[in-house]
Amino acid sequence: MHPVEMIYNVLCLAVPFSVAILLAALGENFNQRAGIFNLGCDGIMCVGAFLGFMVPYSIKAGALLPYGNVLGVLAAMTGGALLGLLFALVTVTFRASQGIAGIGLQMLGWGLSGTLFRHFVGGVTGVEGIHVYAIPGLSHLPFLGGVLFSHTPLAYLAFLMVPISWFLLYKTPWGLKVRAVGTHPRAADTMGINVDLTRYQALMLGGAMAGMAGSYLALCQAKMFSDDLVAGRGFIAVALVYFGRWSPLGIMGGALLFSIAQSFQLSMQVWGIKFPYEFAVMLPYVLVIVVLALARKARQLGPTDLGKPYNREMRF
Amino acid sequence: MNKQKVIYGTVVILAVSLIAALVVALVLLSIGASPLETYKTILLGPLSDLFGMTEVLVRAVPLLLVGLGIAISFRSGIINIGAEGQIQMGVLASTAVALALPGLPKLYLLPMALMAGALAGAIWGGIAGWLRARLQVNEILSTVMLNYIAGQIYTFLLRGPMLDPAEREMGSGTPQSMRLPDHVILDYIVPGTRLHTGLILALVMALLVWILLWKTTLGYRMRAAGAGAKAARYAGIPVERYLIVAMLFAGGFAGLAGAVEVTGVHHRAIEGISSGYGFAGIVVALFGMLHPAGIIPSAAFFGVLLIGADMTQRSAGVPANMVLVLQGVIILSIVSAQSFLRNPYAQERLLRWFQNLLPAALRTKKGGQ
Repeated sequence: MHPVEMIYNVLCLAVPFSVAILLAALGENFNQRAGIFNLGCDGIMCVGAFLGFMVPYSIKAGALLPYGNVLGVLAAMTGGALLGLLFALVTVTFRASQGIAGIGLQMLGWGLSGTLFRHFVGGVTGVEGIHVYAIPGLSHLPFLGGVLFSHTPLAYLAFLMVPISWFLLYKTPWGLKVRAVGTHPRAADTMGINVDLTRYQALMLGGAMAGMAGSYLALCQAKMFSDDLVAGRGFIAVALVYFGRWSPLGIMGGALLFSIAQSFQLSMQVWGIKFPYEFAVMLPYVLVIVVLALARKARQLGPTDLGKPYNREMRF
Repeated sequence: MNKQKVIYGTVVILAVSLIAALVVALVLLSIGASPLETYKTILLGPLSDLFGMTEVLVRAVPLLLVGLGIAISFRSGIINIGAEGQIQMGVLASTAVALALPGLPKLYLLPMALMAGALAGAIWGGIAGWLRARLQVNEILSTVMLNYIAGQIYTFLLRGPMLDPAEREMGSGTPQSMRLPDHVILDYIVPGTRLHTGLILALVMALLVWILLWKTTLGYRMRAAGAGAKAARYAGIPVERYLIVAMLFAGGFAGLAGAVEVTGVHHRAIEGISSGYGFAGIVVALFGMLHPAGIIPSAAFFGVLLIGADMTQRSAGVPANMVLVLQGVIILSIVSAQSFLRNPYAQERLLRWFQNLLPAALRTKKGGQ
């Protein structure tokens, strides 16, 4: 096989792979910028994947039929936002320890989606899912057409979210508030910013994006639902935020790097290169640890009050 | 002081149980099951006969061991989510030792197999501790990733180098190791059931953990590092070193749990041997207020829940994943209740609320009479 063709194949696979972790990581970035470390992202993605699957699956006929997928994505976003709200209640209002609470949310989301799926659906069933929409004209470009312009609408939206999140964070008053409550909540409070409200908003936005990421997995990537569909992507998304140094562009770079590693591993098996399958699967997880170890200097760039509950009644 | 703590703990546990029961009741209603019936099956079903009760204890043994390790790490200020992977490493190491040295007498081989499991788990946990202490890698993320890595190593070894030769010949493709030699297997306590001497080992370990944490300098320093890293460092305690030590202990206990599972219950390494004990152990430790005296009943309670969930799946068709929902809700409500009530302002407000409530209630009572 020609090397250019190999690179083309790897990149064509990598872009769709990156969408779910990119969306979830951009959402997690809002959480962390606001000072909340949301490890429950994985659980929210599970619920999002389930809802995204369930809505079009249960609409079998009727006037809503053509809108099944759209409603599924919207349901996933709503479910995600509600779980974000729950997490906000626990970590902002009750000021619970965020790391442990995140694991609780992950178990809750994972268990909830599995329980409901087994009850309402039972076994593995496919859905039609969202089709690829090749952008007219651009998709016929040599090389780039296949890599960049032949994907599902959600994938375009995910990459569009990169500049949108950048704009939201750096060019709007709300973004300034988010960054302020994550960096120095007391100063923000003194300036009249409602710290708790801003954190609630950021968590709900992040939850909605994680839910959308889950629905992408169910509707565009796998076109089905199973218990282990998400497979720790939520945790990878959290790690990507560190890797991307809390900037949307950096996060996109990280998401692409990870998915290129993943699609490279899959392509190697297709090309018939002998390599134990299990070690190939483990590769992205090893990469996360290595990246986290290397990115430790980046922490100084991050929100300084990340993971600390804010209590305006306390003096320190 | 101590009495106050016990009362506080009881209040938290009761409140948490109530919240969890209510939330899960909502989920049960949504899938069309009767919450009361389901709770009855889950809580009373496993305790209806001797076999059920011993099965509960069989489940409680790994939960207790994992929970003890997690309590050590949480008390030392490092959150270990990686018990699942540490258990698998423990299973692999103890199986490997037992299969490699079948000629040794039981007196040597059994302790060696158990210790190999603990050691492997400790190393796997220690990696995360070292990454946190030396490279400031968030231990939650690294332990989660190490879980996935351990899972892949586990299946790789069971499908490849450690696959039962008989399995390879038959070609049925079940990934499992050879059966352990008979003299490495833990004895049964109650004949005719699966309850093994691992229970005694786990209870002894609970006592040892209490001594370690509250009666030794090492334990004191670990708890100090967890309670306030800055103050501990100021007092000359090398906090980073104790983070690693705590993760070694936490991983060691999880690895031991894996070794006990393989020598006590399954007698060979099979897929899915840890079956969520690593995550359930977190709930067990938190529900036991991170104290061995609380973790023992807590492990038994979650043993009941796990067996009961299996029973409802069979009898009432309620998916056993329900337990995960329950565990998630319990974690969320425990951490909420703890940090909310630990806040002195909230305590004071609660106390005032009670004081206002009490005379009022008394007054209406008198008025009624």
